[in-house]
Amino acid sequence: MTVSEINSAGAGSGVEAAAAEALRPHAEHAFAHELKALAAADDRPRPARWQLSPWAVATYLLGGTLPDGTVITPKYVGPRRIVEVAVTTLATDRALLLLGVPGTAKTWVSEHLAAAVSGDSTLLVQGTAGTPEEAIRYGWNYAQLLAHGPSRDALVPSPVMRAMAEGMTARVEELTRIPADVQDTLITILSEKTLPIPELGQETQAVRGFNLIATANDRDRGVNELSSALRRRFNTVVLPLPATAEEEVDIVSRRVDQLGRSLDLPAAPEGMDEIRRVVTVFRELRDGVTGDGRTKLKSPSGTLSTAEAISVVTGGLALAAHFGDGVLRSGDVAAGILGAVVRDPAADRVIWQEYLETVVRERDGWKDFYRACREVSA
Amino acid sequence: MTALPSAAPDTAAPDAGGPAATDSAPPGPWLLGVRHHGPGSARAVRAALEAARPRAVLIEGPPEADGLLALAADPDMRPPVALLAHVVDDPRRASFWPMAEFSPEWVALRWALDAGAEVRFIDLPAAHSLAAGEESPENEPEAEDGAPDERPTLRIDPIGVLAETAGYDDPEAWWEDVVEHRDGTPGADPYGPFAVLGEAMTALREAYGDGGHARDLIREAHMRQQLRAARREFGDDVAVVCGAWHVPALAEKTTVAADRALLKGLPKVKAELTWVPWTHRRLARRSGYGAGIDSPGWYGHLFGAPDRPVERWMTKVAGLLREEDRQVSSAHVIEAVRLAGTLAAMRGRPLPGLTETTDAVRAVMCEGSDMPLALVQDRLVVGDVLGEVPDAAPAVPLQRDLTRSQRSLRLKPEALERELELDLRKETDAARSRLLHRLSLLGIGWGERSASRGSTGTFRESWRLRWEPELSVRVAEAGVWGTTVLAAATARAESEAVEATVLGEITALAERCLLAELSDALPVVMRALADRAALDTDVAHLAQALPALARTLRYGDVRGTETAALGEVATGLAERICVGLPPACTGLDADGATEMRRRIDDVHTAMALLPEAPEGPTTLRDRWAAVLTRLAGRDTVAGEIRGRAVRLLLDDGRLDDTEVERHMGLALSVGTPPGEAAAWIEGFVGGASGGGMLLVHDERLLALVDTWLTGVPADAFTDVLPLLRRTFSAYEPGVRRTLGELVRRGPGTTGPAPADAGAPGFGAGLDEERAAAVEPLLRLLLGASTHGPGAPLEPSDHPASDHLAGVGK
Repeated sequence: MTVSEINSAGAGSGVEAAAAEALRPHAEHAFAHELKALAAADDRPRPARWQLSPWAVATYLLGGTLPDGTVITPKYVGPRRIVEVAVTTLATDRALLLLGVPGTAKTWVSEHLAAAVSGDSTLLVQGTAGTPEEAIRYGWNYAQLLAHGPSRDALVPSPVMRAMAEGMTARVEELTRIPADVQDTLITILSEKTLPIPELGQETQAVRGFNLIATANDRDRGVNELSSALRRRFNTVVLPLPATAEEEVDIVSRRVDQLGRSLDLPAAPEGMDEIRRVVTVFRELRDGVTGDGRTKLKSPSGTLSTAEAISVVTGGLALAAHFGDGVLRSGDVAAGILGAVVRDPAADRVIWQEYLETVVRERDGWKDFYRACREVSA
Repeated sequence: MTALPSAAPDTAAPDAGGPAATDSAPPGPWLLGVRHHGPGSARAVRAALEAARPRAVLIEGPPEADGLLALAADPDMRPPVALLAHVVDDPRRASFWPMAEFSPEWVALRWALDAGAEVRFIDLPAAHSLAAGEESPENEPEAEDGAPDERPTLRIDPIGVLAETAGYDDPEAWWEDVVEHRDGTPGADPYGPFAVLGEAMTALREAYGDGGHARDLIREAHMRQQLRAARREFGDDVAVVCGAWHVPALAEKTTVAADRALLKGLPKVKAELTWVPWTHRRLARRSGYGAGIDSPGWYGHLFGAPDRPVERWMTKVAGLLREEDRQVSSAHVIEAVRLAGTLAAMRGRPLPGLTETTDAVRAVMCEGSDMPLALVQDRLVVGDVLGEVPDAAPAVPLQRDLTRSQRSLRLKPEALERELELDLRKETDAARSRLLHRLSLLGIGWGERSASRGSTGTFRESWRLRWEPELSVRVAEAGVWGTTVLAAATARAESEAVEATVLGEITALAERCLLAELSDALPVVMRALADRAALDTDVAHLAQALPALARTLRYGDVRGTETAALGEVATGLAERICVGLPPACTGLDADGATEMRRRIDDVHTAMALLPEAPEGPTTLRDRWAAVLTRLAGRDTVAGEIRGRAVRLLLDDGRLDDTEVERHMGLALSVGTPPGEAAAWIEGFVGGASGGGMLLVHDERLLALVDTWLTGVPADAFTDVLPLLRRTFSAYEPGVRRTLGELVRRGPGTTGPAPADAGAPGFGAGLDEERAAAVEPLLRLLLGASTHGPGAPLEPSDHPASDHLAGVGK
């Protein structure tokens, strides 16, 4: 008998019908049955206005089997510790900051956390360079404002304001893209848990259950670094890149397959070796150590995320399909890798060449790859 | 053995099999089963001893140490320390029983000394355990109580089994929850924890017998015998502190005869014991002698903190991070404590353990980053604590080993300074050199290298020896590193390699390792070297390191040491230099260019010494030549470096005269700023590299210089003058004079070779008469047969160099 159940009982049929039509349904709709089963099985204490106990939220994200036999699919594959710290942070009413390079499932985790904790993942502020203060505080309905003067009716609350009033979880995506002065509006909200409305001489106080999950990219600096005042109000959890090469090869090949199909590229059955090679190169350079753990390397300035590996392979596939013999070969990915690795023409080039000369050249079965890379680097 | 983690338990079973009495004062003897290095155990032991106040305390440990126990009360004794037992004639066979402040054994020992109770060690004598340990690792005696990682799998880990039974997958976490985090609630039964754990262990031993620790039976028999002896003396007023695992065995009823039979005929060696200082870091080491606990600093904190351990810990962490200039406020500490508490609740643990506090510190104070966390791990969780041992402790085995070496090598430690000349081709001298090098690695500065007087060959070494009294102290200090000079030097070198931050330090260390013939340390040093080289972004550092390595390779050859690994690392370093050098040579100012040119010279020399792998279509030297060619042809590279690159290529025969002329022509053409051109000349022919000779011999090059110089505009001339002066003033007077004469003769003669043999130049023509004059001497030098008595050198006002050079042409 949680709020979500009542909600879905009331508004359920209409919402679910719409969800079925949606290109991408919200987490709380897509996994409604899992949430319901968890709520039924969950006998642990729940913080105020939480749909589930922290333990059940962690189970929802990490997967498991409930006593009644319901299988909870894992939403996040990664260290258990990360999810536990994230959920616990929300339970201590501290705001949660998810950091990570692109493609580490930050948004995915934040959506599922909000869905499991509040049963609603839609209280979302998308951060961009143009995000205004109104998106975080409140705006005005100008027709109302002009006609009747300032009043609560003329006020358009932001998702954050609504979350405060209703004790829900708000989400801010790409926090570091938001201009610094706009970011700072969050400080009062997070520390005083209140949002003043000076125009009306009123305020909206957060009720218990309110919390905020922000995501940010920790590799592309230079956007809008968080001020230390704001940073202090967050607990930070860094989402790591895939732990093993196999895991990453799997992610890349699956995603490449999907992308390739939508672009009508012919499947490249021979391409697995090249994918593994691309992932190996990316991982080694990113981690600063060779796969066998024996040689250290310098890391280039680029992110070298899984997402970039995917785009290198997709690009290579397109090259092979349209200009080659349809088989993904070293030459097709070499240029893409070079582009991804060498972001800073001076320093990164040296790093790349060092890598080529000290690691790639000696490696068995990598001769053609070495030659292809030498060709494009020259 | 006091060292290992093991579980703790019980006292309760009063010995003779009586059921555990849990009332306030169960009858003695009290069997206090502990986990080695468990702060909770230590606290419980102290409480139990305070309550029982036994007249005698028996501790698991080598009985030979009984004579040394009084030293524990010495004010100069500061844990962590270790009892060290070693075989008298063979210090390499040694065992350690480390004790930290929070070790129950240490607590019991100190309590007994302070309370004036009799204290004894009751384990199997080290004489037996060392003898038995001959075929197994030295830490055998410690192994028994359950350090999970060190034993073969068939041995059971009692704590692991108990934790598993309780549904924990991490034995450490279980132990923390059940024992370490128990509040010492005042008024609680001080024997309670021991009773419970003892029962658990009894159940375990019923199920598993000796659990694969076969030697335990013998040790336990000995402990029972000792316990009997103590009871004869003190009645039941005796407390025993031992690994929890042994408690059931001590409580067991056996016959004296049976125990005696077990102990009969054990092998024996002569063993000696002493105290040595220990460190937290070594406590944390899982392999070797270490006691194998991961977090001595954390345990020490739990033991030392009077209350609110998590709050105090977070405050400590915040303090450390602040020292490192990270902004950590009290608000952070508050939030971290809250998060740790909530995490523990969510994970179903009674109190935050190390895992929870670490997670909280990472999320709240370190902004999710592992880097500052590594600092916390290193400085607090492990910790830097270094123990101390009073001077009265017996000499460490290292000293004995040193004395033995000194005797066998006939090197007496004398206070009087004396010189020692070693010829490394001789066996004894080589051994002496190794000993001295090892000692100097250990910081025992007995010998000091001095410049060789007689010969400069690599097989000679000169040392200045002087034994200062304080060197004995140094030897004692170095005792922590090992029991023999070789082992200690190896351990020290490995640790230095890991800690070194600058590439140059490690190359120097590698050199010293080879000199000291520490072949075991070499892989570690090489690994550190390769890692450091890979991460160093400054080519200058790499270039600085390479010559030392190349030199080391050569020493290695002289001494016949294995240098394959070293060669590999050096080659890797050279590869990196080849890749990184060209970008590093651009945009340098004059001083930077001079510096870099010197580096390039060194690297060039070193390259020639490196072993050449037969692989591949291009060799390393080819690639180096390609780098030089690139440097020579690139306009953005400083003139001095370009000039030097051309020169090195010319010397190696990789550029022919015409190419060189083209390069020089380019560098000295009108489009080049005069300063740049002068720098090029400095690079090409400057320094003591015999560049002057080159100009003397190749008139085309000289003509180019001449033409350029005369074309320098007047206002620029004063700028280039100092540079040119520096270049040409380094030449020998003879060369300078010849150059001057050639220039005075004028560029008009650059045509076909000057036919007139009497000309003072060195063109293509040959001055037959003067050549004939030096010929006999040359024959003599070259060992060719002479004809006739060598004609005396014709007295001449030309310096000899002119003659030789002339003939050479």
